[in-house]
Amino acid sequence: MAEEKMRLEIIMPERIFYEGNASMVELATTEGEIGVYPRHIPTTMIVAPGVLTITQEDGTKRQAALMSGFLEITPDSVSILAEVAEWPEEIDQERVKRAKQRAQERLKAKAADIDLARAELALKRALIREKMIQK
Amino acid sequence: MASMIDIKRRKNSIENTEQITKAMKLVSTVKFQRARQRAEESKPYFQKMYQTMESILGTTEGIDHPYLKRNEVSKKGIITISSNRGLAGGYNNNIARLIRDTGWSRDQTLIYGIGHKAMEILAHQGYQIVSDDSDMINEPEYEDARKLGDRVLRDYENGRIGEIYLAYTEFKSTVVHQPRLIRLLPIEPGHKKEEGAGGKLLMNFEPQPEELLSMLIPKYVCSMIYGALAASAASENGARMQAMDSASSNAEEMISELELAYNRARQGAITQELTEIISGAEALK
Repeated sequence: MAEEKMRLEIIMPERIFYEGNASMVELATTEGEIGVYPRHIPTTMIVAPGVLTITQEDGTKRQAALMSGFLEITPDSVSILAEVAEWPEEIDQERVKRAKQRAQERLKAKAADIDLARAELALKRALIREKMIQK
Repeated sequence: MASMIDIKRRKNSIENTEQITKAMKLVSTVKFQRARQRAEESKPYFQKMYQTMESILGTTEGIDHPYLKRNEVSKKGIITISSNRGLAGGYNNNIARLIRDTGWSRDQTLIYGIGHKAMEILAHQGYQIVSDDSDMINEPEYEDARKLGDRVLRDYENGRIGEIYLAYTEFKSTVVHQPRLIRLLPIEPGHKKEEGAGGKLLMNFEPQPEELLSMLIPKYVCSMIYGALAASAASENGARMQAMDSASSNAEEMISELELAYNRARQGAITQELTEIISGAEALK
């Protein structure tokens, strides 16, 4: 099992976020959290906001916040097209704090003109980012 | 023959112009490098997106989806990407001409403009401009493209427009830029069959294809807009670089011609003066 690896590419519109071999990839999708090993059945899924964990070939793990996009799995590769993704060191702590506060206030206020689903999503994103930094 | 003073004045003014065009060329060269890098970096995403869309559309047949079907609305929305500044050769005119050449009725066409120049031309010709996002082109970012994409998609869903087109300038190489008009929605069913057949893998889709497409197509539209923005920015600066380069070399040519004319005029004046002195001296003998 440990011998096996697959090609992982995470592509963002502005740059290539990650490219290399991985022995496992874990992430959240709209259908729930999944872990992908090599020789997975070909699947296309939509990314949900969550933490992405890459187990690299040498066994080390890397984590990143992955917010939206989709992924295509084939037996020997995983391609993630990420609209928004960040390494922990790229996350702006202050911004996260503000975003979290704003989202919480909005949810509490429950004003009619605020899109609740959007505020919830914003809160979720802030919480994920927060979790990433604290690690 | 023009007088020496006139020629001199003319030459000075052209020299000033040349300085400006040279400086502009340098500036656009720097901007061009950055824009080209951006355009190249956005390519992998663009291509992968396109491939995935094709493989999904190719493997799933007979899906009934509003994004794939032509709806009743006859109005067309065109996202038009040009530049905010002129002096870029035919760059802006080409985009405006591309839209005019479609022959679509003007009151049935809504322009989502990015870049003042083509918008001015189109507004003058009687097209309706529904939005102006000209700031976007300076430093194209995915977030901007997404906002615009969301807005256009909403108009599509509300039935304000029945088709979405994208007019931009494709960046082929430093010297080749091609204006293009492509249809984003509904996605053309024509090309999906043949190309989809190339996908050998049988894909699974989670969630179901219909649902997946509803989520994927907006992303597709936004990434197409972003890719087009990046390519257009590179083309714009490339076009300006070329235009300024030929302006500078034209200026140089004119300057050397004027220099020649000036020298000839000066020599003429000297010869005339000499002739006068000599004939005056002759007369005194």
